Parts: sequence; structure tokens; C-alpha cells
Amino acid sequence: MASTLPTETHPILGKLSMSAFPLHEPIVVATFVAVVLGGLGVVALLTKFKLWGYLWKEWFTTVDHKRIGIMYMILGLIMFLRGFADAIMMRIQQAIAFNGSEGYLNAHHYDQIFTAHGVIMIFFVAMPFITGLMNYLVPLQIGARDVSFPFLNNFSFWMTTAGAVLVMISLFVGEFAQTGWLAYPPLSGSTYSPNVGVDYYIWALQIAGVGTTLSGINLIVTILKLRAPGMGLMKMPVFTWTSLCANVLIVASFPVLTAVLALLTLDRYVGTNFFTNDLGGSPMMYINLIWIWGHPEVYILILPLFGVFSEVASTFSGKRLFGYTSMVYATICITILSYLVWLHHFFTMGSGASVNSFFGIATMVISIPTGAKLFNWLFTMYRGRIRYELPMMWTIAFMLTFVIGGMTGVLLAVPPADFVLHNSLFLIAHFHNVIIGGVLFGLFAAINFWWPKAFGYKLDVFWGKISFWCWVVGFWMAFMPLYILGLMGVTRRMRVFDDPSLQIWFVVAGIGAAILAVGVAAMLVQFAVSIWRRKELRDETGDPWNGRTLEWATSSPPPDYNFAFTPNIRDLDAWHDMKQSGAQRHTSGFKDIHMPSNTGTGIILSGLCLVMGFALIWHIWWLAAGSFAAVIAGAIYHTFNYKRDFYISATTVTETEDARTRQLADAAGA
Amino acid sequence: MTTVTADHKAGDGTFDFYPTEEHHHPEGHSTMLGFWIYLMSDCLIFAILFACYAVLGGNYAAGPAPKDLFDLNLIAINTAMLLFSSITYGFALLQMQKGSVKGTQLWLAITGLFGLAFLAIEIYEFQHLIHLGATPQRSAFLSAFFTLVGTHGLHVTFGLIWLVTLLVQLNKHGLVAANKRRVMCLSMFWHFLDVIWIGVFTVVYLMGVLQ
Repeated sequence: MASTLPTETHPILGKLSMSAFPLHEPIVVATFVAVVLGGLGVVALLTKFKLWGYLWKEWFTTVDHKRIGIMYMILGLIMFLRGFADAIMMRIQQAIAFNGSEGYLNAHHYDQIFTAHGVIMIFFVAMPFITGLMNYLVPLQIGARDVSFPFLNNFSFWMTTAGAVLVMISLFVGEFAQTGWLAYPPLSGSTYSPNVGVDYYIWALQIAGVGTTLSGINLIVTILKLRAPGMGLMKMPVFTWTSLCANVLIVASFPVLTAVLALLTLDRYVGTNFFTNDLGGSPMMYINLIWIWGHPEVYILILPLFGVFSEVASTFSGKRLFGYTSMVYATICITILSYLVWLHHFFTMGSGASVNSFFGIATMVISIPTGAKLFNWLFTMYRGRIRYELPMMWTIAFMLTFVIGGMTGVLLAVPPADFVLHNSLFLIAHFHNVIIGGVLFGLFAAINFWWPKAFGYKLDVFWGKISFWCWVVGFWMAFMPLYILGLMGVTRRMRVFDDPSLQIWFVVAGIGAAILAVGVAAMLVQFAVSIWRRKELRDETGDPWNGRTLEWATSSPPPDYNFAFTPNIRDLDAWHDMKQSGAQRHTSGFKDIHMPSNTGTGIILSGLCLVMGFALIWHIWWLAAGSFAAVIAGAIYHTFNYKRDFYISATTVTETEDARTRQLADAAGA
Repeated sequence: MTTVTADHKAGDGTFDFYPTEEHHHPEGHSTMLGFWIYLMSDCLIFAILFACYAVLGGNYAAGPAPKDLFDLNLIAINTAMLLFSSITYGFALLQMQKGSVKGTQLWLAITGLFGLAFLAIEIYEFQHLIHLGATPQRSAFLSAFFTLVGTHGLHVTFGLIWLVTLLVQLNKHGLVAANKRRVMCLSMFWHFLDVIWIGVFTVVYLMGVLQ
């Protein structure tokens, strides 16, 4: 069903009109009603309990890396539910659209769903999750009080959120792209996608991309400049190392995305000919450029989780990580190699045997440092006193799952095999195998591992285990059939099928997705139950797992200033070293602590960027120009503020630390 | 507690894990590194635009080629404007070293005027090309040309906005540490744009006319 959006532009409303609201789509209308009711409920509750002031002062305007980290995680979780709903809808559609049935989603809607699923899961789930994790942990692990640029950190978060909001708006106002998650031209050009879908895609990613790039710069500088005295680069925790590499990748690849999307924007808005089929344009240029960003991107996602698995494996095996140095060098190798493989995403472009061979071999070479990492984790566990707590369970599930995903990746890296498997469900199964088995399992390990640090109580184990088993079983059931279907030649993004013999595999995959849904629900229940039972699950020590790195040296949750005294470091696993040496924390002699002040500038500027994005999508030129001018003016106004910091008085620090002393004494006595 | 030596030993010879001396990071100590990394990310955007120009720059689509369009004399003047502005920015920094607010402001203002002259010439060139029918829509070559050169021009524009802001801030607060840092950052930005322009001048104009 083609959309009926008008093509003429109203001077005030741009392309926006009543027909932009998809009132004829019952699924969308029902979702809209649910969202509005839910939203009104939340607003009413916040108003009733007078929480708006608290939220604004303590959270929205905060420059505390810990709170920003938590907000990133919440953003990721909310968007995950949206992206997962898209996945379930696709699985149901593909399980029933056989024997002449059209299923329950029309093509216009279905194409938006698979596009939105990919975009949301990568940009607004995985990215906020890993950025949140790095934000929360890196300053704690290196013994810093905050990141290098606390205001930029807040601004980055809100820019990412603004992008996510734009994607969500597209669900109810107009439409989203129907192009697949990378919006290849010429399909994404104005000839074949004349409506606002691709514009939503472009502006959501551009606005969020600003946030991602700035937060990448911020974390690199933080790691390079703010390490505690004595912490040389080769004494940094592995998670900090992998974060450093991931952020280097962010800074070295997101500008490419920014540039290529800007060129697509020019093609669509100005009528240039970068990626058109006419007048000398080259669509393949786009595909090369977007994968020069896109391949490093998948390593941006996985590297921090490799760090998580390292921390977890070492902590729960009660041993120092095996092969720390090789782990660091493997990470660096992957960082560099990830730039030399982009063409394996389109061997079928026809670059010739030599070019394809180069990229095929480069791709296979990446499996060497990755394999080295895996052996390091196994040797860390070898002869360790392994505690099978939830983070460790996720780590083991990761090792088993990710190895299979990695191997199917090597299969795809062989150009002749790729000619057969290109764009098939085999590819879909492969990258879900590594992204779910690697990134998501890693995040779940991380959430279970560091939740006690962030909130002061552990997560419930019973519901955690239910969620774990549903995820692992559901994952294999949902994606193994796709490998088989892919080998049989079924291509991705299909809405209906002719061959009835394929249906059984899609039904099995659908059941797998249903089990995954139970896993998601169990995880939400796990959070709820843990919050409810937080008194029983309380951890007073700040170090519930017998941890090894600095973040466990402080209280849970850590005070605003993280550490009353910046510790000296002499060894890897600094906190383990301190415990072994019987280091005692000071209980007096506290001094004023210099801290950055909160500011509302970040959320205001991002709000204006959101308005600007919306105006550009709908060609409301006056509003776009106005909000752009306001963004510039607001940014300039902000630079006139020279007082951006304050001191936490020694009295306050003493009170906080005294409470901590009593808490530790109670914990030791209990 | 006890005095701490350079190797973090406490007075009694054991390793001092919790020194009571505050580990101090001077204000703005990370700004230069952060800004430098930002510039490198910006450099990547230009790298992509250069790559597009390299790939698409020969696709004239039966339209005008560089030889038909570029007036090297005009571009030479334009390049001179930008190079002069970099020298005058250097003079502004010298004045800042001497602690002269007025001198810094004067040379910054002169730098701004050169920048403005550069922009004026560029705008004249663009409108001349468009008048000839060589619009960004005409061919992939012209799309890549206008985008690469225009993006550089946009950067200069934002540099000018920043420069004017800085002049006002220098007026208000003088050469305080924050302002010195900002002058240094803008200096890096300005010279960076100069370096990019050298690339544009060589790859787009000189090599274009040579073809």
C-alpha cells in the first residue's frame, strides 16, 4: 500500500498534513493509543509524587558520569523493547505468510519494521548500552572523579536520546524508511523514496551521531589524561583498554557516517548527483563509504563486551586474567584490522578476484586475535575456582555461542561461498549469532555483574536464571533455522513465501522468538523483583563479588566524587593488590573536592536539535532555520558561562565517608 | 599522614595506596588533546569528501570540466587571503604571549577580515559558476566540487562566528586561562582549515586545470 503523503509543501506546515498520521493502520493506531495512555500514566505519577524537579535537578541536568551512564542504559532498555517488538512482528509474519496468505502486515508496514528493527537495535540499543557501560565504569576503573568533559557527556546523551525520539515519532507521524537499515541508494534516493521515511532515518542518525562522536572523544581523553597516578597504559583494566579501542574506532569511523549521510541528504534535498544513477553519480560509492563506517561499528559494539568477559572470567575464576598483554595486543590488532575488511559486505559488487581475495583474507585474519582472546578466557578459567554466578553463566554461554557465530563469519569471508550466501538468511543468522551471543550476552553479564555497584544490591538469581535459560535456548531455536533456510537460498527481508516446505523452519524460529520473549519478560521481572527485595539483596561492602579492579574499592553506589582520595596504583588488578597488601582507607583528613556543576544546556540544545530535525524532515523551512539559529545562539550563550565547577566541602565528604565507615563496620560485624 | 615520595612510598617504606595529597588536574588540562582529536575526526569528514571528489571528479556527464570553469588567478588571490590570515593569527598568539589583550584582539580582528575576504571571493566564485550553468546538480563532478569546497567554506564561516564571540569574551574577561585556551583552540582550528585548503587548492584547482 503506497503512502498517500502529499508532495507539495505548505509554507507553514511543510509536507505535514493530516494524511501524515497513519490512521488507516489499526496496529499503529493501537500502539499509539497504548503509548499515549502509558505516557500519560507516567506523567501523572511523576506529577503526583512531585518528581519533576528531582528528575530535572538530579538526572536530566547532571554531569555525573554515573548518572549519565545509568540514563544511557535506561534509554537502551526502552529502545530494546521497541526493537524486540519489531522482531516478534517479523517472526510472526514470516511464520504465517505461506500458501497464498499475505500474513498480517502489508508491504509498506513490513518494510518499515525490518528497517526500524535494524536501525534501533544498532544505534539506539547496542550503542546506548555500551556507551552507558563505558560511561559508568571507565572513570571508576581508572580512579577518576568524572570524565574529562562532563558537560559534553550530558550533551552527548541528550543528542542520542533526541535521535531515538525522532525514530519513535516516525512511528506515529509519517513513516520510517523502507530501505533496510543502511538505506542503500538508489532506493533511498528521492526518486524511489520520495516520502519522509528516509529523512527520518537520516536526521535521527545525524543527531545521535553527533552525540556518539563527542562521547567517543570524551572517553578517549578521559582514559589518556585522568588515570590515577601509577596506572600506566599496561596497568589499565582490560575493560578500560577495550573501551579505549572502541572509542578510537568511534572517533575514526562515525565522521565517515556523518559525511556519507550528509551526501545522501544533499542528493535528496538539493538534487546533487553523488549516489544517483544519472549524471555521473555512483550508488556503489555510498555502499563503500557506509561500510567503511559499518564494519568498524560492529567492533565498536563487541570490543567493550570482550572487556566485560575478561573482567568477569577473571573475577569469578578467582585468578588474574590469563595473558593480559596478549589480550591488549589482540584488541589493538582487531581495532586496526576492522578498517581493512569493509568490502566483504559486498563481494558480489564485482571488484574482481584480487580485491575480493584481499578483503576475504583480511577478514579471516581477524579471527586470529579473536581466537587468542577466547583461549585466554579458557586458560583464565583453567584451574580456577569458578563460581557459577549469573555473570559467569552469561560468559560461558557467550563463549559457546560466539564461537559458532565467528565460524560462520569465516565461512562468509570466503568470496565464492559469499556469492551463494550473500543477502541470505544465513547472513542474518550469522550476525545475530555474534551480536546476540556476543554483545547482548555480554551486556547481560555486565548488568548482573555491575548492578550491585550502581545500586547497592544484587540482582535476583532465580529470575536471572530463568531469563538466562530462555535466552540461550530461545536464541538457538530462533536462529539455527535461519542458517538452514539461508543455505537453501532463502533471501532476507521477504514478506511472503511460495514454497510451503519452508514454513516449518519459520515456525520453529517463531517458537524460538517466543521463548526469547519469555526471557525478556523474565529479565524485567528480575529487575522488578530485585528492586522490591532490595533490602535482602543489599550489599554493604561495595565489593560483593570479591572484585579485582578499582571500581570495587569504593562504596555501592559510589559517592558523587567516586574516591575521597585518589588511589596510587602499582599493579594490574589494583583493588586486588590493595586487598592483598591490607591497604586501609583513610577515615579522616578529608579535603574539599573539586567537581563540575550541573547544567541544563545539554538537554535544551538537544531539544532544539530535535525540533530542527523534525522541521527538516517535513520541509518546514522557517522552523528549521529558526531552531538552527537557536542552537547556535544557545551554544554561544553557554560559552559565556565561565563558572562551571564547585567544591564539595570537606564537611560533606567527611559525613559521607563516616557513613561509609559505619556501613563497613556493620558489614564486617554482621 | 606521611609524606609521599615520587615512587608512592609512604614514610615507613611501604607502598602508599591512599595518598592524602590531592592528585590535582589543572583546569582545562585535557582540552587541547580533546580538541585535537575532534579536529582529526573533522579531518576524516574532509577525507571522505576528497575521496568522493577523487572518484566522482571525472564524471562530467557531458557538462563543464575544471578547465572550463576555474580561474586560477582568482583562486590564487583567495589562497593568499587564507594564508595571510594564518600568519596574522600567529601574530595574535604572539601578542597573547606578551599578555596584551588589545594586541591579541587587533590581530584576531585582522585575521577575521582576511577570512571574510576569503569567503567573499568564494561566494563570488560559486555564484559565477552557477550563473554559467555549472550548478551542483549538473554532474557528479560538480556535486563533489561544491560539497568539498563548500564544506570548507562553512567551516571558515563557523570559525568567523567563533572569532567574533572570542573577541567579545576577550573584551569581557581579558586573557584569563579559559580565554587563552579558547584562543589556542581556535588557532588550531584555523590552521587546520588552512591545511585542508592547501589540499583543496592542489587536488581540485591545480590538478583540475592541469588535466
